[in-house]
Amino acid sequence: MSDKNKKGPESKTYKFDTLSLHAGYQPHKNAGSRQVPIYQTTSYLFDDVDHAAALFNLERGGHIYSRISNPTVGVLEERVASLEGGTAALATSSGMSAIFLTVMTLCEAGDHLVVSSQLYGGTVNLFRLTLPKFGIKCTFVKPRDTEGFKKAIQKNTKGIFGELVGNPGNELMNMPEISKIAHDAGIPLIIDATYQTPYLCKPFEHGADIVVHSLTKWMAGHGSSMAGILVEGGNFDWMQNDKFPTMTKPYEGYHGLSFAEEFGPTAFTMKARAEGMRDFGPCLSPQNAWNVLQGIETLSVRMKKHCSNAEEMVKYLLGHESVAWVSHPSVPDHPDHALAKKLLPNGRGSMIAFGIKGGKDAGVAFINNVKLASHLANVGDTRTLVIHPASGTHSQMDEATLKFAGLSHDMIRLSVGIEDIDDIKNDFEIGFRAARKPRLVSNQ
Amino acid sequence: MKFKVNGDEIFASTGGRPFDKNKPLIIFVHGSGLTHMTWVLQTRYFAFHGYSVLALDLPGHGLSKGKSLKTIEDMADWISSVIDAVGYKEASLVGHSQGCLVTIECTARYPDKIKTLSLMGGAGAIPMNPELLALAENGDPKAVDLMMDWAHGPAGHFGGHPVPGLYHINTGGMLAKSRTIKDTLGVDFRACDNYKNGFEAAKKIKIPTLSILATDDKMCPVKEGKKLADLIEGSKVDIIDNCGHMMLLEEADRVLKVLKSFITTNYPSQSN
Repeated sequence: MSDKNKKGPESKTYKFDTLSLHAGYQPHKNAGSRQVPIYQTTSYLFDDVDHAAALFNLERGGHIYSRISNPTVGVLEERVASLEGGTAALATSSGMSAIFLTVMTLCEAGDHLVVSSQLYGGTVNLFRLTLPKFGIKCTFVKPRDTEGFKKAIQKNTKGIFGELVGNPGNELMNMPEISKIAHDAGIPLIIDATYQTPYLCKPFEHGADIVVHSLTKWMAGHGSSMAGILVEGGNFDWMQNDKFPTMTKPYEGYHGLSFAEEFGPTAFTMKARAEGMRDFGPCLSPQNAWNVLQGIETLSVRMKKHCSNAEEMVKYLLGHESVAWVSHPSVPDHPDHALAKKLLPNGRGSMIAFGIKGGKDAGVAFINNVKLASHLANVGDTRTLVIHPASGTHSQMDEATLKFAGLSHDMIRLSVGIEDIDDIKNDFEIGFRAARKPRLVSNQ
Repeated sequence: MKFKVNGDEIFASTGGRPFDKNKPLIIFVHGSGLTHMTWVLQTRYFAFHGYSVLALDLPGHGLSKGKSLKTIEDMADWISSVIDAVGYKEASLVGHSQGCLVTIECTARYPDKIKTLSLMGGAGAIPMNPELLALAENGDPKAVDLMMDWAHGPAGHFGGHPVPGLYHINTGGMLAKSRTIKDTLGVDFRACDNYKNGFEAAKKIKIPTLSILATDDKMCPVKEGKKLADLIEGSKVDIIDNCGHMMLLEEADRVLKVLKSFITTNYPSQSN
């Protein structure tokens, strides 16, 4: 082999599919148990008083009480951190609690966030109605309005938050550009990457600083368990300015500890756990953590099938006489098609939004008549799911907010499952037939 | 805390306690391209148990200003200057990897100043893989990836961090990328590769010395660590199974236990 073609040494750290199965766990430290044990316990024996004091004071690593940490949950945290390319992670009882904990770790009363307007309805309500009760205000910006994010930053802004692909309209945030805007302002970019999972996109590679997930969705994948997580990229310099005193100054709650000085690339997660889990306590149960771990073992296998089925469904819907429009980043005339190719090279995800001809009544008839697709308030199940957002997930939003979030009354949100594609299409034919005669159906 | 050494502002973690000149001093010296944060699971314990702790960021590393020092000998002299700068006459030294070369040389040069020496993943010489050295000197992030791969044992590769939720390899990688790779890792690797005096320096050491080695350490294998320890009179050796070069994180509790026993016996604190 010539020198020109000679390959240098290569890192042999484990790759994605291997990490999905193994990261965070060593059997020989757990009685040889090949499967991750479920540590169904509230608390952990201290060796002596000195050991107890050392654990409480963060002098040593270890478990104290399962609200703060648990060995089964810890495996999940390390596994997701490894898959995302993050330094650390903190699992929570749901995706919403992961977002709440992230905000409460970052902000104090009087602070401000810039937030994408296209979010899950519950997240919109958190930012619009609940966080102001804690003195934290938000400015909403449409996800494609990259310059709008810059203009909305104020002196007291502590971060930019958004879903990479907005729920339910499938509009993308230009993560690389928006991360530059955030970093120029000395604030972190927080991305909810629930729709993507690290199989489709690793936001840290595109400038995000903190990633949150509802693990309930594709990561767990089977519609069985609630769980959330926040993951830290480790690259954000909390000490670059004076915006984050609770990260950089001595913290009264831990004998004057400065999280940024002591823990550097894991400081945010350490604070979220030490303060947030201690004081708010949205901990994940070990059983649910185990269920999510089961799902993650097959993440890449499932995501491939989710994405291939979704692309088939996009073609089917685009050619269907009952469909007014289809929004999915794989569609060539989708405004974010090129950006999606760059950010989501392994597949554009399995969430499709489409408009049904006949408006709201047709939508209701469609939903009421499909048999295989499940009508429920979840996404990312192995099974195909449908919902009419304006009357379901986003029903607590008023007309103006619905419009600002890009929601229309004819919109159906489709989470494509991994069933046989022909069966999904056949089921949709039943729904569309009913939708063409909504009055007749509703009178039956 | 921040203080000046040879005109440069230097950062050192004091383990979460105010620096107290009335307590015996332990200085922790990190490995190539890394920072004070590698010591977090040892420093906080000593700081809360009767010692003053300085987990240094070498010049140009972590939160310290100045330029990276180019030779192990310069780093050894610089450690002596640190002791002077904080108003002490003596200290106990703890080093990891490159930090072992630095502390061995420092102890040989300043025998009256150094009271105990603890070496983790140490060897008398650390010749660098030429390709790894070239990558680091060119600032290629692949150098960090390779270092993280070779520096970690099973705990690093599979996981199982003593602090719940932390993932070894990515955390270590981020520490090594916290400053410009060629100006930290590149300079440090070259300094290690050039240093030839480790075995001679070891022969001069007459103070209590501890070597903690690990069976899966690919960067400073057990046999190299033993070769060094054999040259130091009365040196104690502790070997950790199933552990890599980053033993201070991979097996943090074991390391702390051994270190605690060694330092409290040989360099006791009145208030311990």
